[in-house]
Amino acid sequence: MLLDKLTEQTGSKQWQPKIVAFFCNWCTYTAADLAGVSRIKHAPNIRVIRVMCSGRVDPQFILDAFSKGADGVLIGGCHPGDCHYQEGNYKCLRRFQMLKRVISSLGIESERLRLEWISASEGDKVRVVVNDMVAKIKQLGPLGLPVKYKEWAKEMHVLDSEIAGKEEVYA
Amino acid sequence: MSKTNGKIRIGFYICHCGTNIAGTVDVQKVVDYAATLPNVVVSKHYKYMCSDPGQEMIQKDIKEQELNRVVVAACSPFLHERTFRNATSQAGLNQFYFQMVNTREQNAWVHLDPEASTEKAMDLVRSAIKRVVFHKPLEQKTVPIKPDVLVVGGGIAGIHASLTLANAGKKVYLVERDPTIGGHMAMFDKTFPTLDCAACILTPKMSAVKNHPNITMWTYSEVESVEGYVGNFKVKVKRKPRYIIDDLCVGCLDCIEACVYKEPRFYDEFNQGLSKRKPVYMPFPQATPQLVVIDPDTCIWFKTGKCKQTCVESCERKAVDLNQQPAYKEIEVGTIIVATGFKPFDAGKVYYYGYGTYPNVYTALEVERLINASGPTSGEVIMRDGSTPKSIAIVHCVGSRDKNTNLWCSRVCCLYSLKLAHLLKEHTHADIYNFYIDIRTPGKLMDEFYTRMAEEGVKFIRGRVADIYPDTSDEEHRRLVVKAEDTLIREIIKVPVDMVVLSTGLVPRDDANDVRRLFNITCSTEGFFIERHPKLAPVNTFTDGIFLAGCCQGPKDIPDTVAQAGAAAAEALALIDLGYIELEPNTAFIVEEECSGCKSCVPLCPYSAISYNEEKRKANINEALCKGCGTCVASCPSGSIKQNLFEDEEIYSEIDGILNYEIYEEAVCC
Repeated sequence: MLLDKLTEQTGSKQWQPKIVAFFCNWCTYTAADLAGVSRIKHAPNIRVIRVMCSGRVDPQFILDAFSKGADGVLIGGCHPGDCHYQEGNYKCLRRFQMLKRVISSLGIESERLRLEWISASEGDKVRVVVNDMVAKIKQLGPLGLPVKYKEWAKEMHVLDSEIAGKEEVYA
Repeated sequence: MSKTNGKIRIGFYICHCGTNIAGTVDVQKVVDYAATLPNVVVSKHYKYMCSDPGQEMIQKDIKEQELNRVVVAACSPFLHERTFRNATSQAGLNQFYFQMVNTREQNAWVHLDPEASTEKAMDLVRSAIKRVVFHKPLEQKTVPIKPDVLVVGGGIAGIHASLTLANAGKKVYLVERDPTIGGHMAMFDKTFPTLDCAACILTPKMSAVKNHPNITMWTYSEVESVEGYVGNFKVKVKRKPRYIIDDLCVGCLDCIEACVYKEPRFYDEFNQGLSKRKPVYMPFPQATPQLVVIDPDTCIWFKTGKCKQTCVESCERKAVDLNQQPAYKEIEVGTIIVATGFKPFDAGKVYYYGYGTYPNVYTALEVERLINASGPTSGEVIMRDGSTPKSIAIVHCVGSRDKNTNLWCSRVCCLYSLKLAHLLKEHTHADIYNFYIDIRTPGKLMDEFYTRMAEEGVKFIRGRVADIYPDTSDEEHRRLVVKAEDTLIREIIKVPVDMVVLSTGLVPRDDANDVRRLFNITCSTEGFFIERHPKLAPVNTFTDGIFLAGCCQGPKDIPDTVAQAGAAAAEALALIDLGYIELEPNTAFIVEEECSGCKSCVPLCPYSAISYNEEKRKANINEALCKGCGTCVASCPSGSIKQNLFEDEEIYSEIDGILNYEIYEEAVCC
């Protein structure tokens, strides 16, 4: 049902997951460029936002991406110990672990959020991670929070009017 | 100003990059789509946006259409962001009103489905168009560059880079881990393809380094720590105790003579263990500096505390100091050249070649020493069993081009194998068999060298050696049988030989990972350091001001190493002579009115750039110390830290754009 609605909304024939990715400038973004230079083909479902460091990834960015329709969020940073800024990736890891719990308590499958250490030389790892994540999210199906919000808004509206009606009666 | 009227006017351009982008992404569709987006005034595609006409097109539109934002969808920003920023600023617009969309490396080159690729391009273009609205005019910071240079590694790469810089009048600190400079090249006998004597061309350069007034040479020393950034590195160097006072030792070698060990009995590193040395030794006759060194691992005084200390007594100049402690030097340099070299592949890892088991199996580097006139046998090819070989097999690609060891071609082994074939033939008149997979001899005069060797009667057998084992029919001579498939005649052949030479490949040093972390540079999974761009910035690293030279970046021969060292020196000089460097203005700053003074950002900064003003009860960021990672920005609970170029609005608008959020927004609203 959700799938139909989404298809209706976006006009595309077949649902394809959309993954918002935050890649750090020095390791993972460079690795994604390397994948390009090496013509390592991978699924076209990720949209990369470049940040200087995975430490810049504000947990709110991730929640924002989910709430605006991302089916998955991928964060890519330098391997532990290799951060261009010494320890930004550790900060990212801490936030990630906290966020995983937060999103699962919100009813979002925790597999939809992924953190990967991909160094500048690991062009092929970009392919492996992206393809794997796309496959897993295809299995989970669309998250479609904006559509859900809309439905919830409708339900809330109905409830509101019901409550309002009852309140009138009580009054 | 008439047209803008305070409004955002965006020019959007997508590059075909020949067919690199346009072959996969439907550029017309993207252009048509971008034209429908808010604030977009110009939407165009062009064959090569980075070309002069492409840049001029942007500049013309900025002036005529009064654009105040520019978005270009082309290659990676690593490649041409600077080009387009310059074009933007030359047209009179602040260069940071520009945003780039990576449509080649991260789109057209990695996806097969044109439809999906075009859709992705549209998403990212929409994202950039939304983002660029929030861009602000910024000024690039400039920081002065300290003119001194640190060169790490005293092999031919480090030597050449140091001399080039020193000759240009710059002060150079050359730090070498071993007791002498010279590196691997000093161990070689001759060099291909010219058959120059390695020592004859290297030792003059070594003494030039030693005597150059602009070079401070610290051998037997290691870089302990590196702090700071381009232009202002603070480096701590540990000078390991050699138990000899540099200024007093004249290299007379009396102490070696006087050592309580009457005979040399310890592994001689320089001769690859083919000879022995004493605990007090001179690495090799032309060692630079000409100072002996005492090895505490083998010296009986350091091991037991009991020794007559005859070395101390023998020295008239009182240069032996067994109580010497490590000394630490702190220097400030503006640029660093990393030239830490390679390690030969450990031949023992390919166990079936019997290195370490059969005495007459040698590595190529051992043979270099064996045929060297100053080597352990004074240049005579006398094997470990005392005999001279009449037939020799040279096994190529040991630890190279092999799924079980290393995948890469080490580039120099074919050529040095040919060189060794020639030299061994010259010294022993033996029959020589080269077992090869392919003969790879690119480069000037290299293939001619190969042809010459073939004409000299060196035999070539095309096949990877499968096994080496003792010839049981010849118990006395302990001959070895080399078994391989001759792939040209498709037959298994077994060649009995007296000596086997393993042409070992070049591998990264064991501590490449530590060195990489020390200098904050990147290396491949194998351990070779990665250059910023293989063609456009081959000696730069991702850390500004740190350059690479020689085999630490990948296997290469001496001519290429020297050329690269020269290039690294030139890059360092370019920075030094400009006197300053422009930095990305991506630093963070605090909006004081909004800061609640919670201090959560203060401990997060790895550079201690954030302090807390007790009086104002606000945090404060020292812009000069901030490196622009944005970690504090992400942590601020009140959102009162902002990062230039990566402000929250900019990233949120990117997210909105990617997810085309308005569609839903409208849906939810109504």
